[in-house]
Amino acid sequence: MENTATQIINSLYDQCIADFEVRSNTAEPEALTALRQKGFQNFKKAGFPSNKVEDWKYVNLTPFLKESFATATEEELVEVPESVIKNAAIPHLDVWTIVLVNGVFRKDLSDTVNQEGVFVLPILEAASRPAFQKHFGTYTDLAKNHFAAVNTALFRDGLFIEIKNNAIVEKPIHVLHINTANEPLFLQPRSLYVVGVSANGSIIESFVNAGANANVFVNNVAEIFVAENANLHHYYIQAGSEKNRYVHHTEVYQQQNSVYNNYKASFPGTSLLRNNLNIALDGENVESHLYGLYLSGGHQLVDNHTIVDHRKPHCQSNELYKGVMKDESTGVFNGKIFVRKDAQKTNAFQQNNNLMLGRKAVVDSKPQLEIFADDVKCSHGSTVGQFNADALFYLKSRGIGEEKARALLVHAFAFDVTEKIPLAEVQDHINHLIEEGLKA
Amino acid sequence: MLSIKNLKASVDDKEILKGLDLEVKAGEVHAIMGPNGSGKSTLASVLAGKDNYEVTGGQVTFDGKDLMDMSPEDRARAGLFLAFQYPVEIPGVSNINFLKTAMNEVRAYNNLPPIEAKEFLRMMKEKQKLVEFDSALANRSLNEGFSGGEKKRNEIFQLAMLEPKLSILDETDSGLDIDALRIVSRGVNKLRSGKNAFILITHYQRLLEYIVPDYVHVLYNGQIVKSGTKELALELEEKGYDWLKESAPAASFH
Repeated sequence: MENTATQIINSLYDQCIADFEVRSNTAEPEALTALRQKGFQNFKKAGFPSNKVEDWKYVNLTPFLKESFATATEEELVEVPESVIKNAAIPHLDVWTIVLVNGVFRKDLSDTVNQEGVFVLPILEAASRPAFQKHFGTYTDLAKNHFAAVNTALFRDGLFIEIKNNAIVEKPIHVLHINTANEPLFLQPRSLYVVGVSANGSIIESFVNAGANANVFVNNVAEIFVAENANLHHYYIQAGSEKNRYVHHTEVYQQQNSVYNNYKASFPGTSLLRNNLNIALDGENVESHLYGLYLSGGHQLVDNHTIVDHRKPHCQSNELYKGVMKDESTGVFNGKIFVRKDAQKTNAFQQNNNLMLGRKAVVDSKPQLEIFADDVKCSHGSTVGQFNADALFYLKSRGIGEEKARALLVHAFAFDVTEKIPLAEVQDHINHLIEEGLKA
Repeated sequence: MLSIKNLKASVDDKEILKGLDLEVKAGEVHAIMGPNGSGKSTLASVLAGKDNYEVTGGQVTFDGKDLMDMSPEDRARAGLFLAFQYPVEIPGVSNINFLKTAMNEVRAYNNLPPIEAKEFLRMMKEKQKLVEFDSALANRSLNEGFSGGEKKRNEIFQLAMLEPKLSILDETDSGLDIDALRIVSRGVNKLRSGKNAFILITHYQRLLEYIVPDYVHVLYNGQIVKSGTKELALELEEKGYDWLKESAPAASFH
């Protein structure tokens, strides 16, 4: 972690350093204090990443971090129009809705999850729970991840979800992330989801356009522990306004016989969207699926970095990311697969396809495979293409107009991803957002 | 219904159609035959509105309207249908969704409300039977993984659903085995009426045993050099095209 851009974005860096001095007076469990200290030392040394850091090669953060940010809002409870919450709902889907406004868990706006074995809490209220103490901060490499380091040092708000052993969550937990401010705001929410042995659940996270008046930069870190034989379906639906900037780090750790499915769909709006999704398959017979769809527009920058780390034998990972690039948007796909020496009989598959709609749209696609075992099946592929003119003409020759024909072809392109979504209501919702996104 | 006068068209500055005339009236079936490279498929593409063809002269009217002025989708909505020589596979677009969208666009153009789900299903069933098109295929993605014969049958199925005024079948018979040819022909024959018309573009006289045309035209070097009745097709089968080439005007290139 060298060659950082601290000199350019000095003020936010200084502010974070100063915030930490103030925060160190807060009484917290010893282990957490130590972890924050570790995050702080890493951040102090490394600062925010510049383009010279390999993982940030395609993203220039300077314009996004240069502002004079507040790191908290003055009001205790930020007002949120009812319509924002209503619009984020997924039609016809019965869920428990959990609302986080600027990272703060809002009990007043959230449903009560009244199922035995399922706990949903503000993250710091969970600090004394055994699951928190065991898993919090255990899986994320603070020396390699600049943003995770500063988040660890400074987070105050966020969400803790625990699904106890053998619990089957009756309905999906829908987490709404609403980020809004009247003055530039830098937020660092944190979450930890612990899924116990043989437990099952679905967590849907929606990032919505809340009509912010000022830029809101969100540095979010989520850690997910999936215990033996557990099964988690995890959805991200990422929309937002041009005022939103997201750096979103998700660290997943899986034990043997577990299944983790990540479905991600992002849409035009958010100026900067950087997703890090790291999955460690650290047990035998683990299965991980990563399905991503990014529809980008305007001058949006959408960057998906994934790491799939096969550590044990007989595991399977399957990754499919599809991009539809409009206007002058920029996309990055960087997918790393590690197959370690012990991970024999691994099946690892990765594919990234991009459909370029805008003449000035750009995409960088970079698959990386590092294989140290000798008895594995791995494949990866990457394509960048345009509309198939013959297909477009075929549709038109049957009376289908230009705009509708294009929409049909985009849906068709995205279909490989959308068809994988197990909840029909979520599938419909995402298809609807694709339609809206194409018009935008 | 269709009136083509002195039509000239080029691809990449190479003139392919060199002054073609054709009149098609409601209730008629016209066959257009000709050797490879004579311009048969170009004619089909130009009529359907494919954009890499440049029309450099002449006139085409369809029900009195200037066809060349219309977008491909409007031509289809006005009742022109091209059964493609090579139908495109579009994975992810379901056959049914595609057909329903197409039908409703055509209906909207003709100031009709969207088709009701029940009526659409009834029609699907009826027309599937007509062209012996397996309902399992109808439920799949558009032409994805279809055999050549299945793709051609799907074209005729779409034709049956959309009920166009003028259908152009571009070498629909090429590569079909005899069973598929019979099915396709039977479908077309059942769809023939006094109100619609067909243009069959083909290499082979065999098709015309199953779909009997009112007129046969020979296209050579971008022009229709001979027209006649179905007997002309038999003559062509027997003698080939060479005897007609003398009557063709000298090629403007070469």
